[in-house]
Amino acid sequence: MANVLDMSELELRAINSTLQEAAKAKANDVFEVENPRGSHALACGLDGAVSVTIKGSTGYYCAGMNQDASVTVEGSAGPGVAENMMSGTVTIEGDASQYAGATGRGGLLNIKGNASSRCGISMKGIDIVVHGNIGHMSAFMGQKGNLVVLGDAGDALGDSLYEARLFVRGSVKSLGADCVEKEMRPEHLEFLADILVKAGADAKPEEFKRYGSARTLYNFNIDNADAY
Amino acid sequence: MCGIVGLFLKKDELRPRLGDLLTDMLITMTDRGPDSAGIAIYGDTVDGLTKVTIQSDTPEVDFDGLDAALSSVLEAPVSMKTISTHAVLTIPKGKEETAIAALEEKGLRIMGSGQSMEIFKEVGLPKDVAERFALRNMGGSHGIGHTRMATESAVTTLGAHPFSTADDQCLVHNGSLSNHNQMRRTLAKKGVMTRTENDTEVGAAYISSRIADGASLGEALEGTLEDLDGFFTFVTGTKDGFGVVRDPIACKPAVMAETEDYVAFASEYRAFADLPGIEAAKVWEPEPATVYFWER
Repeated sequence: MANVLDMSELELRAINSTLQEAAKAKANDVFEVENPRGSHALACGLDGAVSVTIKGSTGYYCAGMNQDASVTVEGSAGPGVAENMMSGTVTIEGDASQYAGATGRGGLLNIKGNASSRCGISMKGIDIVVHGNIGHMSAFMGQKGNLVVLGDAGDALGDSLYEARLFVRGSVKSLGADCVEKEMRPEHLEFLADILVKAGADAKPEEFKRYGSARTLYNFNIDNADAY
Repeated sequence: MCGIVGLFLKKDELRPRLGDLLTDMLITMTDRGPDSAGIAIYGDTVDGLTKVTIQSDTPEVDFDGLDAALSSVLEAPVSMKTISTHAVLTIPKGKEETAIAALEEKGLRIMGSGQSMEIFKEVGLPKDVAERFALRNMGGSHGIGHTRMATESAVTTLGAHPFSTADDQCLVHNGSLSNHNQMRRTLAKKGVMTRTENDTEVGAAYISSRIADGASLGEALEGTLEDLDGFFTFVTGTKDGFGVVRDPIACKPAVMAETEDYVAFASEYRAFADLPGIEAAKVWEPEPATVYFWER
């Protein structure tokens, strides 16, 4: 039986305190947050096993810094959802706004709708699955982790990429600097098969193309010295 | 940072509630822009008549007998509705230019003019601005509002949004333009003048100028992507509807909602929370460098 926290009666700070205390107890408590009305920073900083379902849409920075907790938004999420996520699972039933999963270090961010620009910017180990499309400049400077997109990608995918792996099933409007298509090896198909099941995504690993860093920006090219 | 809201009604039943719904949206956006607030509201039109909205810091002096004085200048009947620091003067269509010149001569600030549009804007918290003008009681077909956190020019009534640079046209903006001085000079060479040093007013004047040259609202908004440099989410109002465009980088937030009854725009979803039927609305984020508009 879920504990119900109603935002039409409780302040944001009281709700976040309750959730954070439950996370500290690591008792797998189950919560529902009603009437979120697009509030900012809801269910952020949860650092233990707790399950939170938000019954509506959220504003900026929902579920930021998540660690071990499971957070589901039954609506759309504003900018910066699951920013700097460490582990656990964040699920968005609707769309996610810009820079979803930015700088995330681990865990699974599962976006059932579309994600807009800069999805997974500077990602550092997080797995992001987007069932719809993603916007421009996604995975910019991505260092580690996986971005899996069932739909299409916007302009400049993977610009200045380090070692994050990008898998796109649909079209890519354009690749960013130093991002190239790469061969799909058995370990990539295996990884996709696993994460698509985890994310409840209706797609086959063979349908995806892989993109990654050409690694030409890693070291300074002496031939460019004249430009400086 | 600034807050933008807009509401376009598809059905007449909600018209009496337009001001009430927009006021809630505007107040929700207070923490995005507590400096000043404004609203452009598109209400009923009367054939042959047009309206000029003006502002004065000393309304009790400046508005006293103003209708009669303007009537004798125009040699035509003038009616006046005063609301706090603003007054809406209704005059015969075709007399706008003479009227605006006469009003500016008296040191009055022109907020805008048009058959349908009235603009109310002031320095202060959105809730105080809304109360001052009794925005909740205003009806209409569509309206746009703005809460301002100034980054670019002074916090004054004239620096508040919406900006109007042609009859029944207005613009609100979240962002900052970097080529506005150059564009201001380019427009001035064509005879298009602005009233302030504000960047947004240049954006408004650019759109008005393109429409005056024969462009549609959609084409004028497309033109902003080519000719204006900087960050912007624009919402522009016309007599028949409103349009939305974001720059290609699109770092200024925007969200839209549509039901059978209305199309709504806001900087954040929060502003939609009290709209009727929002739970079942189609909610989406407008794409970068893409023009959206709704017209009746």
